[in-house]
Amino acid sequence: MSGESYIRRPNRPLQIYAVVFLILLYVPVMFLPLFSFNDSLYVRFPLEGFTLQWYGELFQRDAVWNALWNSVRVGVVVAVFSTTLGVFAAKAITRYRMPGKGPMVTFIMLPLVVPLIIFGVALLVLLSQLGVALSLYTVAIGHMIVCLPFSIAVLIPRFEGFDASIEEASADLGENAFWTFWRVTLPMVGPGVVASLMLTFTVSFDEFILAFFLSGTEPTLPMYIWGQLRFPQQFPSILALSSIIIFVSFVLVFAGQWINRGALSGSAKGSVS
Amino acid sequence: MTPQDRFISIRNVDKYFGSFQAISDVSIDIGHGEFFSLLGSSGCGKTTLLRMLAGFENPSSGGIFIDGQPMTDVPPHLRPVNMVFQNYAIFPHLNVRDNIAYGLRRQKLSGAKVNGMVGEMLDLIKLPGYGNRKANELSGGQRQRVALARALILRPKVLLLDEPLGALDKQLREQMQLELRELQRTVGITFVFVTHDQEEALTLSDRIAVMSRGEVLQLDTPTGLYERPVSREVASFIGTMNFFDGRVTGSDAAGLTVDAAGLGTLHIPGPKGAFTDGDTVHVALRPERFELAGEAPAGESGHARGVVRNAAYLGERSHYYVELEGVEAPVAVSAQNGSGSSFSVSEGSPVWLKWHNEAAVVLRPE
Repeated sequence: MSGESYIRRPNRPLQIYAVVFLILLYVPVMFLPLFSFNDSLYVRFPLEGFTLQWYGELFQRDAVWNALWNSVRVGVVVAVFSTTLGVFAAKAITRYRMPGKGPMVTFIMLPLVVPLIIFGVALLVLLSQLGVALSLYTVAIGHMIVCLPFSIAVLIPRFEGFDASIEEASADLGENAFWTFWRVTLPMVGPGVVASLMLTFTVSFDEFILAFFLSGTEPTLPMYIWGQLRFPQQFPSILALSSIIIFVSFVLVFAGQWINRGALSGSAKGSVS
Repeated sequence: MTPQDRFISIRNVDKYFGSFQAISDVSIDIGHGEFFSLLGSSGCGKTTLLRMLAGFENPSSGGIFIDGQPMTDVPPHLRPVNMVFQNYAIFPHLNVRDNIAYGLRRQKLSGAKVNGMVGEMLDLIKLPGYGNRKANELSGGQRQRVALARALILRPKVLLLDEPLGALDKQLREQMQLELRELQRTVGITFVFVTHDQEEALTLSDRIAVMSRGEVLQLDTPTGLYERPVSREVASFIGTMNFFDGRVTGSDAAGLTVDAAGLGTLHIPGPKGAFTDGDTVHVALRPERFELAGEAPAGESGHARGVVRNAAYLGERSHYYVELEGVEAPVAVSAQNGSGSSFSVSEGSPVWLKWHNEAAVVLRPE
């Protein structure tokens, strides 16, 4: 603690760098809530006074609420489906030896790095070839591709963190695979499941490119916001809306991380090492 | 052999993992109520064999029978066996009571009945009142007892134990060995115990199978393994053993005559038939089978002259290393202190080694 070890020695320039880095990262984002309370149509300094007018206006517009409701519905469905698939995938990846596991995992994780516009175009071509009409369902299908890797990435440490012999013990004590899953596996990965639900919901809720390609006549919230940017008099309300989204996203992601905080350390307590 | 002697029957079992053969042609019969140990160093196949009894692995060929029933294709949750895992595998999200009662859910018992049974088990494992403790509030020894109770509450026909004492410190381990043996007598269940600790196996078991490279080298009682090992590998795995190169020079109804380097000519009663004149053999003698004497002993017993290279006083016993002419490795000798002999030994002093030829074991070289 006295800082004598090489690793723990305080490094003043590094600390300053870290603080500057965080400021540069988040200050632009903080302008949104700042100007959403500003009593002016225009985003510019100096600020002209505090108002809740833009927030108030937001609540009187049906189109906002429709778009929000669309996004919530897509988000919930995507979160539930991708987390369910994620649980099975994470269990298979961590528990079973199977041929071609490495490439399979790589392909599942690929959407994290492949530009979404590629997926958007590809899915659009595919769906129109199949004659599937664009709707919120097609948006949800697109979002599943992006959300599944997030779900698996959150869940794998949970599965790795608990000893497979705990599931074997359940089988040994007379429970079949189904009940072992309900009585042991799911409670043990439970925090990971909650974290995955929150994270995938947030990812789907914020996603724009795929929604843009794959939605029909019903816009999701990010699409609505993008549409409104053409109208200057709407802009402050959009700032207010964005501020709310930032806040809710932060809460969801942090809550998910907090619930899942014991992903590795909690498991260490579970077994004698 | 009665069915009781073949309560567990492992018949010509082979197990392959890919091209690696983990178990090769193992056949073992275990009696009802027996405390049976599988002993071997890591990678010898003992845990694989245990996991096949539990149903977590299936034999590649051969069969396993428990109480007359073939176990092939019977999944773990339907087998009449329960297991204590090496790391205990206590369910971390459940308290002690729910851990112990875990397997009872299938039996659809009333809450009061379950509580009664859990209470009995907590008494049996000497943890009364621990029902509401969380798994992570237990010490290693307590976890081990909970793992035992969780398995025993289902009254299995066989209890499988996978190195359950390995994670405990020495003192606790010795205490748990006694308790485990006592518990096994109380409940009368057949125990199959896996360990790499030969002392632990000797202390606990009725019979022991010594395993190496997937094969059973010898299956015998602790005394049998110690006094009559069948191979040099078994002899050196169990306790300390001195080996002397030798050659059979004669055999008759009374036994063998062997010329052994350092020991001279020995007439060893017993082993017949297996050896013929001219065979190269190892003569094996335990350290405590030697005695040290200050002058040439008279009488029947074998004796040889040597020099003490090393002497260690260990309280109730002393250990010596004695150099004999014609033997490369010094001979280990273990002598009880205070046994009446007033002969004192120090490093460098010349001594006579004494032994009884009946104590010598003749082994084939490997």
